Amino acid sequence: MNRLAVVTGAARGIGYSISEKLVESGWSVAGCDVLEDDLKAASSKLGDAFSPWILDVTDEDAVKDVTGKIEKELGPVFGLVNNAGITRDGLLMRMKKADWDIVMNVNLSGAFLMCRAFSRCMLRQKEGSIVNISSIVALLGAPGQVNYAATKAGLLGLTRALSREFAARNIRVNAIAPGFIETEMTRELSSEVREDYANRVPMKKMGQPENIADAVHFLLDDVSSYITGVVLPVDGGLTT
Amino acid sequence: MSLENRVTEIIIDKLGVKPEQVTMEAQFDTDLGADSIDQYELIMGFEDAFGLRIDEDEATKLTTVGKVVEYLKNKDLDQ
Repeated sequence: MNRLAVVTGAARGIGYSISEKLVESGWSVAGCDVLEDDLKAASSKLGDAFSPWILDVTDEDAVKDVTGKIEKELGPVFGLVNNAGITRDGLLMRMKKADWDIVMNVNLSGAFLMCRAFSRCMLRQKEGSIVNISSIVALLGAPGQVNYAATKAGLLGLTRALSREFAARNIRVNAIAPGFIETEMTRELSSEVREDYANRVPMKKMGQPENIADAVHFLLDDVSSYITGVVLPVDGGLTT
Repeated sequence: MSLENRVTEIIIDKLGVKPEQVTMEAQFDTDLGADSIDQYELIMGFEDAFGLRIDEDEATKLTTVGKVVEYLKNKDLDQ
């Protein structure tokens, strides 16, 4: 039987590429997203190995409900990829508390809720792999992104702490810090930020969602079975 | 099998302790060497064995073997 992974933010961008890579590699994927139309489109492209689940990761009750249904209908979950993320950029002085809160809720609290929801299943089967999608802005910072950077740095703390909690249970927890990747989200960044990043990439090119998908597949797969608690930058050398 | 014996069996299985260590007064942490995740898994073991869900607030109060037995005695169990 194929291993099952749950991917949040699976309908578009990096999440879609991760789902595509996993399906191509023989995994079953439960793809969660709030974008119903995009999720349907992803489902029709990826076929039966991809099951679409409408889920707002900030809704504690919905997370409990949907994750329970995924386990009941699809079986034990081996992999969890916390990829769902949003931006609400703005200078600190002008940032509304609501823009801080919503980014915190989706990017960080959402990952917490998903980890908690599947921890029971992974503890019971004594195996599992969680990959949290952070960002290089957690390491470098970026003007106009104090909320986003704080959540992505928070994910690194969550990753390291949870990896310690679960290490002896054969459940691995790692993070990926994507660099400047061409997605819908990065196209929303100001041209100043885009130019700043592009000029600083040693490999002199932006990354593609597939680069992140390959790294996620590596960290979910048994080939990385002795790796836990790490942050893997996938950034063309930007942070090295 | 009595409730006490079933609870004792689960504890021995999950924690790998000797039967004589599992007294009603035994504390899971100090006497039986269970760390916090061991204790969480123990609660999961009781839930699976007795077909019930133990509320997190209740679970944190179940610090000894005797408290678990007492808690389960007060539940409508499918034994």
